[in-house]
Amino acid sequence: MSERVVFERVRALDPITRVDDVRDIAVADGVIAAEAPRDAERVDGTGLVLAPGLVDLHTHLREPGDEHKETVATGTRAAAAGGYTAVAAMANTDPPADNAAIVQAVRDLAAAAGSCDVFPVGAITRGLEGAALAEMGEMVEAGVRVFSDDGRSVPTARLLRNALMYAKAFPVEIVLAEHAEDASLIEGGQMHEGARSASLGLAGRPAEAEEVIVARDLAVARACGGRLHLCHLSSARAVELVRRAKADGVRVTAEVTPHHLVGTDDDLVAYDTMKKMNPPLRTAEDRAALRAGLADGTIDAIATDHAPHAVEEKDLEFDLAPPGTIGLETALAVVLTHLVEPGVVSLMRAIEALTSAPARILGAADHGGPLEHGRPANLVVFDPAGEWTVEAPFASKARNSAFLGERLRGRVRFTMLRGTFTVANGKPTR
Amino acid sequence: MNEHLLSMHDLTAGDVTKILDTAGSFREVGSRVIKKVPALRGRTVVNLFLENSTRTRISFELAAKRLSADVINFSAGGSSVAKGESLKDTALTLQAMGADAIVVRHSSSGSPLQLTRWVDAHVLNAGDGTHEHPTQALLDLYTMREKHGRLDGLRVAIVGDVLHSRVARSLSIGLVTVGAEVTLVGPPTLIPPEASAWGVQVSYDLDGLIPKLDVCYMLRVQRERQRLEYFPSMREYARLFGLTSERAAMLPETALIMHPGPMNRGVEIDSDVADQPASVIEEQVTNGIAIRMALLYLLLGGTGAGEAA
Repeated sequence: MSERVVFERVRALDPITRVDDVRDIAVADGVIAAEAPRDAERVDGTGLVLAPGLVDLHTHLREPGDEHKETVATGTRAAAAGGYTAVAAMANTDPPADNAAIVQAVRDLAAAAGSCDVFPVGAITRGLEGAALAEMGEMVEAGVRVFSDDGRSVPTARLLRNALMYAKAFPVEIVLAEHAEDASLIEGGQMHEGARSASLGLAGRPAEAEEVIVARDLAVARACGGRLHLCHLSSARAVELVRRAKADGVRVTAEVTPHHLVGTDDDLVAYDTMKKMNPPLRTAEDRAALRAGLADGTIDAIATDHAPHAVEEKDLEFDLAPPGTIGLETALAVVLTHLVEPGVVSLMRAIEALTSAPARILGAADHGGPLEHGRPANLVVFDPAGEWTVEAPFASKARNSAFLGERLRGRVRFTMLRGTFTVANGKPTR
Repeated sequence: MNEHLLSMHDLTAGDVTKILDTAGSFREVGSRVIKKVPALRGRTVVNLFLENSTRTRISFELAAKRLSADVINFSAGGSSVAKGESLKDTALTLQAMGADAIVVRHSSSGSPLQLTRWVDAHVLNAGDGTHEHPTQALLDLYTMREKHGRLDGLRVAIVGDVLHSRVARSLSIGLVTVGAEVTLVGPPTLIPPEASAWGVQVSYDLDGLIPKLDVCYMLRVQRERQRLEYFPSMREYARLFGLTSERAAMLPETALIMHPGPMNRGVEIDSDVADQPASVIEEQVTNGIAIRMALLYLLLGGTGAGEAA
């Protein structure tokens, strides 16, 4: 049901028009309305911020195949709870999203759940096996705009080049999103390689594993003119490579996760499996470079890499536990608390990196603003001062949050998907 | 001392001295006809060995039995862990059975620390992955102190695959804690790049070091490392980093030759060298029982130390 509602005296923030002022925003018939209908519900927006609904470039919804970790229904509910109106669902399901049928099935599940738009990401290679190209054309016809073998890098430069070249065949812009870690350098690796891994006796995943692939991919993209996106950057040198490539006109975008913007390898001293991720949390210098890259636009978007796992899967020995943290319900508050409050980035830049920038990369035209009359009412309203503690239960089926127990500021009050509340008064509606 | 022994980082120099002194008093028990004291009578010690180990398990078993504790051996082969039970569930089961101490050997680094979050029992790390092996380090310190009469200022080289060696980690930390000078020696591919942060020196030149050493500690080389391209061949490894008879002859007369076992004779240590008088490898084993008795005694707060001494 599309609502008729007006958010009164709300601070409206639009990263596309750069508008940041206090006003009334009305919604009717699924779109942002010029005037509030007479019978509209009135919400006092004093002290609240209204922005385009958040857009996540990197979500693992786990369905089909790993429904014990997350389903499309629970994952999109978590997305709505976190203020998201659109998420890109990664292809590493079982079976993988390497064909149009899986893509359509995931989108149908999302539509039935109704919490959040889902943009399935297609696999670059068949079965994510890194050998033969998947049938990209069929998936493009089914609406896929981003392809990725996330979880590992495309194994050879030649295969990456062929994928980037082949993607030019289509009338829409196709983005190849790369997980940048050289497989040979991370074999058996459990955490960032450095003084911490040496003393903890955990095999390392060195920063140069990322640098090697980023350098390779940028060289290939530059030469063939392909459109490359780099997932979850984690190292200072990779940020610098992207900065230079952008200055040289390479068609590349990049994302960073909230956990890489906040955590370091020091967080692993107690073998906390919640802090185990790929790529791993690195040093304070790397974190500083990621923050600087986000602030100056080298890194375009903040993406969650929401990676749900069952409790018993994370409650294992460190080397046996799977990598990843959930992130959809904490991303906004982590960014507000750890980046906006201390002045690392402005609120406008943070919202841009969470909304309009990822929407543009994803080709999600209905999302990410602008907040103009007649635009689809995909919105989030949040209380930037609202304090809460990260703890179960989550809207997600999973509980593996790297931020468990942390006090954060920034509470989502309302999320609207095409004018329908998916979150109202802080509670998911579905 | 803490309530667990997980890492040599848990111990101060004073703790180390206390453990070695206590072990000294227990050494004598092993030479009696009746090798037993009642210090831990009625207490239950579980040996949770989820990775193959004969010598360490037997050493702990003997240590606990000589203290009159009830000992349960729980090994991966015949246990529920092999049938897919998680470490956490196994730990909770042992807890429910009233284990006072759990001695754990596991292939995963950090698993003893994780155990402490799940159980109330005292946890002793008997070797976790490529992390630490503190009881081995303590028995080595005991042996060095016994032979040299001191630890402070001893010049020790730890030679070999430091990267994958839990013994090297624990021993380096322990030696630095008590004021020894430690040099790690081995192929650069097998020394962690950040090892100097442990307060040790790093060298790739064994021959240059040998004449200045008080202790030459050889680590076991595993053949699979060669497959993973850490070094070209066992032959070349032995030539550059093995303790050959020629190298052993360059050691000062008072220097000790040590090895945590089991040895690859002809690879990291020549057979003749392993059997020469400077080699204290068998004494390391004997001292291991006394050290483990001391640790169980101190952690479990046993009574009757006077009877032991």
